Amino acid sequence: MAKILIPTPLRQFAEKNDSVELAGSTVAEVMTALTAKFPDLRKQLFNDEGKMRSFVNVYLNDEDIRYLKKDATPVAAADTLSIVPSIAGGSPSIAGGR
Amino acid sequence: MATIAAPLELNKDEILRYSRHLILPEVGMDGQKKLKNAKVLMVGAGGLGAPLGLYLAASGIGRIGIVDFDVVDFTNLQRQVIHGTKDVGKKKLDSAAESMMDINPYLQVDKFDTAITSENALDIIRDYDMVVDGTDNFPTRYLINDACVLLKKPNVYGSIFRFEGQATIYAYPGGPCYRCSYPEPPPPGLVPSCAEGGVLGILPGMIGMMQATEAVKLILGIGEPLVGRLVLYDALAMRFREMKVRRDPECPVCGDHPSIHALIDYHQFCGVPKPQEGQPMEGEKMSGFMSDTEIDVIALRARLDKGDKFQFIDVREPNEYQIASIPGAKLIPLNDVPKRISELDPNTEVIVHCKMGGRSAKACDFLRASGFKNVKNMLGGITAWSDKVDPSVPKY
Repeated sequence: MAKILIPTPLRQFAEKNDSVELAGSTVAEVMTALTAKFPDLRKQLFNDEGKMRSFVNVYLNDEDIRYLKKDATPVAAADTLSIVPSIAGGSPSIAGGR
Repeated sequence: MATIAAPLELNKDEILRYSRHLILPEVGMDGQKKLKNAKVLMVGAGGLGAPLGLYLAASGIGRIGIVDFDVVDFTNLQRQVIHGTKDVGKKKLDSAAESMMDINPYLQVDKFDTAITSENALDIIRDYDMVVDGTDNFPTRYLINDACVLLKKPNVYGSIFRFEGQATIYAYPGGPCYRCSYPEPPPPGLVPSCAEGGVLGILPGMIGMMQATEAVKLILGIGEPLVGRLVLYDALAMRFREMKVRRDPECPVCGDHPSIHALIDYHQFCGVPKPQEGQPMEGEKMSGFMSDTEIDVIALRARLDKGDKFQFIDVREPNEYQIASIPGAKLIPLNDVPKRISELDPNTEVIVHCKMGGRSAKACDFLRASGFKNVKNMLGGITAWSDKVDPSVPKY
């Protein structure tokens, strides 16, 4: 079971969990297990073609999976996957919608 | 105004002022002179800009430019410690400059009373050695990134959300840029603003201090700069983590074969409307307005007074409902709308409100897509209600 850390902006789509442990031998398998567990996360993380959205990075431990084997990156039980979205905040944001 | 000492030499008062730096071998007289000759541009004098401005001024940096067009309000004071209660209503630019000059009269502050835009960014940034990014929205983040890459100026980056922050240095020679990390912004509305989502007041202090530390290290040329490493800070867990960030050879702006050679329209890139300076916010532009899809607070009040029948829904969170609510509105938080939709009748009119009108607009879209025939968004949210209908309702 690998650990997946869920960042604050996405916790509302994951029943407020900050982390979950899920089975899977590759990043793709773990992410599939994650969105199966929390279907609301799917459209936040993936576009209509099923590709990971580009404002979200997934790290295996401290390495960006884009520089490993992307979705096919092997995941071991002791690994931690982090979902790291871009955030912009400071003050009221025009990007946030009034 | 400050007396600017001749470049490169410190006078007796400055030697006394910076003595704790001067006796540090890693800074010393040479380092302090580097600081004095440094020119740093701070974009935004808000949550991140507050600690940045105060500490960078104190450190002895000779020239700091500030870009900000906002005015201090009461909701800023919980975190923007460069401004005081007496500054409410003042331009942040003036309030911040005053605080910084009070700390260090040897500082030269350059004030830019404007939003940073694709038209002015290169001209403003060009004169400085580096940028510290204390802005709060995606279009400006991408704009500053691209401008820094084009001008080859390091961008000391920090951002915050609720209890979490990120910091790194982008656009450092050979290092990654913001687009290498995040080629595209999130779809508008996915990530709520601090006004909608809230932010722990101390959080920007922590992240701004990381930026200030990195700016000073870059100027002094000491230590290991935060290049190629993204620090993630979680205040609730009190945990710092570090992720590797790499330069992407395919990056459209800093890659080996860049396709972007000039600044673009960043609002369009981020899919958000361009802010129109001086224009009233939605909901303020009319009074007693109602259409098939929208209603303003004055018209709503009139209908409530007449005893009109409709379903009135508040899609904010329970903690917000505790702060303030409009009588007669039923609380169904936005994320609960799909699973509680059976509580609503699709054939009678629904009017939806939130804090400022953003979340309620999303709820309206969802209800219409679910077959509701008559759905209206209350413009301006409970904030407009407090402004124009019932001032006893607290604003937050």
